[in-house]
Amino acid sequence: MNPDGVGVATLAARVRRGQTGAGALAAAARSARRVWERGARPLNAFISVGDDAGEEADPRVGPLAGIPVAVKDNLATVDLPTTCGSRFLEGFRSPYEATVVRRLRRAGATVFGKTNMDEFAMGSSTENSAFGPTRNPWDRDRVPGGSSGGSAAAVAAGIVPVAVGSDTGGSVRQPASFCGVVGIKPTYGRVSRYGLVAFASSLDQVGTLGRTVRDAAALLEVVSGHDPRDATSVDRPVPALVAACDRGVRGLVVGVPREYFPPGLDPVVRRLAEKALAALERAGAEVRDVSLPHTELAIPAYYILAPAEASSNLARYDGVRFGRRHKGADSTDALYEMSRSEGFGTEVKRRILLGTYALSAGYYDAYYGRAQQARATIAGDFQRVFRDGADVLFTPTSPTPAFALGERLDDPYRMYLSDIFTVTANLAGLPALSVPVGLAAGLPVGGQLMAAHWREGTMLAAAAAIEAELGTVGHPPAPSPGRAT
Amino acid sequence: MAVSTQEVRHIARLARLCLDEDEVECMARDMSSILEFIAVLGGRTLEVEAPDDPPPGGEPARRAGPGDDLDTTAETRSDPLARPPSRFAPAWKDGFFVVPRLPGVAGRPEQPDASS
Repeated sequence: MNPDGVGVATLAARVRRGQTGAGALAAAARSARRVWERGARPLNAFISVGDDAGEEADPRVGPLAGIPVAVKDNLATVDLPTTCGSRFLEGFRSPYEATVVRRLRRAGATVFGKTNMDEFAMGSSTENSAFGPTRNPWDRDRVPGGSSGGSAAAVAAGIVPVAVGSDTGGSVRQPASFCGVVGIKPTYGRVSRYGLVAFASSLDQVGTLGRTVRDAAALLEVVSGHDPRDATSVDRPVPALVAACDRGVRGLVVGVPREYFPPGLDPVVRRLAEKALAALERAGAEVRDVSLPHTELAIPAYYILAPAEASSNLARYDGVRFGRRHKGADSTDALYEMSRSEGFGTEVKRRILLGTYALSAGYYDAYYGRAQQARATIAGDFQRVFRDGADVLFTPTSPTPAFALGERLDDPYRMYLSDIFTVTANLAGLPALSVPVGLAAGLPVGGQLMAAHWREGTMLAAAAAIEAELGTVGHPPAPSPGRAT
Repeated sequence: MAVSTQEVRHIARLARLCLDEDEVECMARDMSSILEFIAVLGGRTLEVEAPDDPPPGGEPARRAGPGDDLDTTAETRSDPLARPPSRFAPAWKDGFFVVPRLPGVAGRPEQPDASS
């Protein structure tokens, strides 16, 4: 939809000047989507698309005037269904709209469509969607990452310039890394979660994706800010995030935690990460080794805490108030059990069981209590390195580039390890992002930056410096017209 | 296996899930293998440092509200529900908590919502 590759600020300025319109941009997005969705290996990035996106009141004002934005299907919209990638909520229409979506519309954006995702955001590959997997536009036999895989794929394929996702353990950053786009998870409390379907409430945060650092920052600036409807939303001013991209990194201290560069790290990922660090040094930053000694506890702690919270949050899906209801149950208990068993997929059931187990009498202290202690210890590690002088931390986003569809479906723990470098930021509530650092055999690789609470600006300045030094990874090749590939 | 099929059936009942025998076997195997990796949590001594600034996810931010002037005597601290709800409710009318009406549903009963 954006053949000359200009950013959202320029596109929105053209709309405001009347040189193009929301309808034309949405039509271009629809046309790009058609190209990617035909053939035997469709991208399958969207669960629903508005037929009249961009044709409502012509929005000629606002920082996102006329920009078509893709929204992950776990954010409530009134004009399109909100399914969370689940059979349970197939066709569900929310009676109200998420604050993030309201802010997008207020900024002049149009909601182009709702993107595919792992069911209830539980997954790292978007293969756990009840509506089929999303494919990676760089190689359609590979996963786009997850759970915001539809949002990342839609941006990488050039269907929309920016998209919204959610990040509970890396669900914006890991797909951004796999698809060669920028993905930001802000500080917990920066963006309202009102209307975001809850998975693990102490970890969930809405994030943004864009082709460039500035595009993702522009979207984040629009959706950030206090919301009295979300008790975890923090009342503090939103900094000028796009302007922060121009700050430069002279004198900035970049910490490199050695635990994120283990001996078994994919050698190409290691080489590209080191190249990004060299780029930061060339731009004037000081790179220094640091240690986060409790990193090995992050995945175990996360996979106790997140399922524990999920088992509670998903108790509301009982066949009575929402979505799918089993027909023919002869008791209330049977109605609950049959509706849930039919509506949830395997990974969701697995996590509900794991969470229920961890919270049950006799196991609570050994698992949940211990995981909470580990979480506090991991947060303490970060606090120490920031107190000792690091402004940002740099790591690979994921240990490998995108893996093949189906490769990890039968091994849940191996799938969970995809998040090994990203869950720590969620456990500590820190802002973090993924920025492309190069290609490995034609597949994008992302580098992760993390900063202290509320220091998104510092993190964006470092990301913009990497982007300026290394460039973006470009576009994946569009499928040839007429070829059933 | 760390988790038996019997335990999976018990947990599934608690979680209101109805699993067939194949699912029970599969979940017992998967949960056992996941919990084996998670056991590292029990193997390290953790020294929890009191954070200067608690992680935002760990302690929800809040602003001063109507309940902030409530007494915090030892009695109410040990049993917060010793106070009648009208004393800690942000808004209270005719024996009910008053909550904001959801947008777009004025005049209709409140809709349940899927977020928290």
